[in-house]
Amino acid sequence: MRLSPDDMIFWRYGFLKLNGTIVFTWALMFVLAVGSKLVTRKLSTDLERSPWQNLLEIIVTGIEKQIADVGLRNPEKYIGFLGTLFLFVALASLCTIIPGYEPPTGSLSTTAALALCVLVAVPFFGIQDQGLVGYLKSYAEPTVIMLPFNIISELSRTLALAVRLFGNMMSGTMIIAILLTITPFIFPIAMSALGLLTGMVQAYIFSILAGVYIAAATRGRQAKAKPTLATTA
Amino acid sequence: MLIDWFTVGAQALNFLILVWLLKRFLYKPILNAVDAREKLIAAKLADAAAKEAEAQKERDAFQQRNEAFDHQRAELMRKATDEANAERQRLLDDARKAADTLSAKRQDALSNDARTLHQALRRRTEQEVFAIAGKALTDLASSSLEERMGEVFTSRVRAMEGRSKERVAQGLVTAKEPALVRSAFDLPAAQRTAIQKALNETFSREIPLRFETAPELVSGIELTTNGQKVAWSIADYLTSLQTGVEDLLKDKDTPRPSAAPKPAVNAKAAPRTKVAPKPRTASKSKKAKPETKHP
Repeated sequence: MRLSPDDMIFWRYGFLKLNGTIVFTWALMFVLAVGSKLVTRKLSTDLERSPWQNLLEIIVTGIEKQIADVGLRNPEKYIGFLGTLFLFVALASLCTIIPGYEPPTGSLSTTAALALCVLVAVPFFGIQDQGLVGYLKSYAEPTVIMLPFNIISELSRTLALAVRLFGNMMSGTMIIAILLTITPFIFPIAMSALGLLTGMVQAYIFSILAGVYIAAATRGRQAKAKPTLATTA
Repeated sequence: MLIDWFTVGAQALNFLILVWLLKRFLYKPILNAVDAREKLIAAKLADAAAKEAEAQKERDAFQQRNEAFDHQRAELMRKATDEANAERQRLLDDARKAADTLSAKRQDALSNDARTLHQALRRRTEQEVFAIAGKALTDLASSSLEERMGEVFTSRVRAMEGRSKERVAQGLVTAKEPALVRSAFDLPAAQRTAIQKALNETFSREIPLRFETAPELVSGIELTTNGQKVAWSIADYLTSLQTGVEDLLKDKDTPRPSAAPKPAVNAKAAPRTKVAPKPRTASKSKKAKPETKHP
């Protein structure tokens, strides 16, 4: 039994290989990019607009609002990263209704890659906002004794991010696969619907957590309380 | 091992590419469009607010103008009413004046008419009265009356004195023709002699006389010589009475309030003769009336 689409190998050349994860990711990237391009090709700045533009506007402004709610002062700056995280994870889980499709987020490699991106993005935005010294100082807050714990927390939450998303997505796919063998009718549909819901929730949690980490890094002490709250999710 | 590090790297790269792609094709255009729309809406709202403010201003101005207009209209109405009232008063005054004038004119015309009628009536009455009196006296006249008149005439002649007597005497002296004695009836010889005698005695000389009958005298005797005249006749009395009455009526007709009828009729009624047998004539004429009724 295949646990991850990584095992679905299409092409291999020594170290390089083209597995299911990468192929499905490309497919999702293609859908997202081409779909956006098609809709935004003829955008209306007037009061009347197409339903697709309306949908995209709702999504984008909704993400922007969520980012602002997290505590990031300039949402346009972070929407590229956080919004893409959400859209990618959400679309990956949404496409599970397509037969034969396996979500790339069901692969630990993908989630680890995303978590690594967050791990890099947090200091990146933190240094951009507070400067290198200011950002590094935040690890010694409130006292120097907290430095190792802060570093451990940084690493562990990245790991948690990766494993949480992987576990949820993988388990969803797993459950459906197992149920299909036990009760092939009706029940897999209900579980599939539940899988869609958890996929959406995971997409939300992943991007919000990333946002919270970035907010913590950019605003230092003020946002300290929030990560502790978010990590419980 | 669940993690394939090549895949991790590839996925990280894929993710970064996706970030760039979505930034390029999704977030930027959408956010720009939203911004543009927000700006458009803000502009439209500002425009609407400006228009509303302008409308408010215009409404205020209109209201103000309306009020001013109302005020002006009321003022004009009041003025017009005042003018109309004044004009009405003036017209009423004019009409009243005109009516007064007309009424005065009509009053005048009426009183003129009345006066004319009155005058005509009086004239007519007067003419009738004199005609009746003349007729009555003419009917009454007879030889015996003439005889009596002759006596009266002679006694008058004898009674003459003063300036009138002198004037008559002068006339008799300078006359080339005999003095003319006119009477309504032919005088009998005795009377002619009595008259001749009275004249001769009065003027102390022989007076040549010529006798003539003149029915227009009605009754009476008249002596004419060289422009001088001594007469006693009813016609004379009637004439002088008529003159007196006419004078009186004229006085009455003229709108003089003080034109009181003068009782000087008798005085004026005296003929040009120096003799004034007024009371008797009056009594005679009064007496004559009942007598005339007998025949």
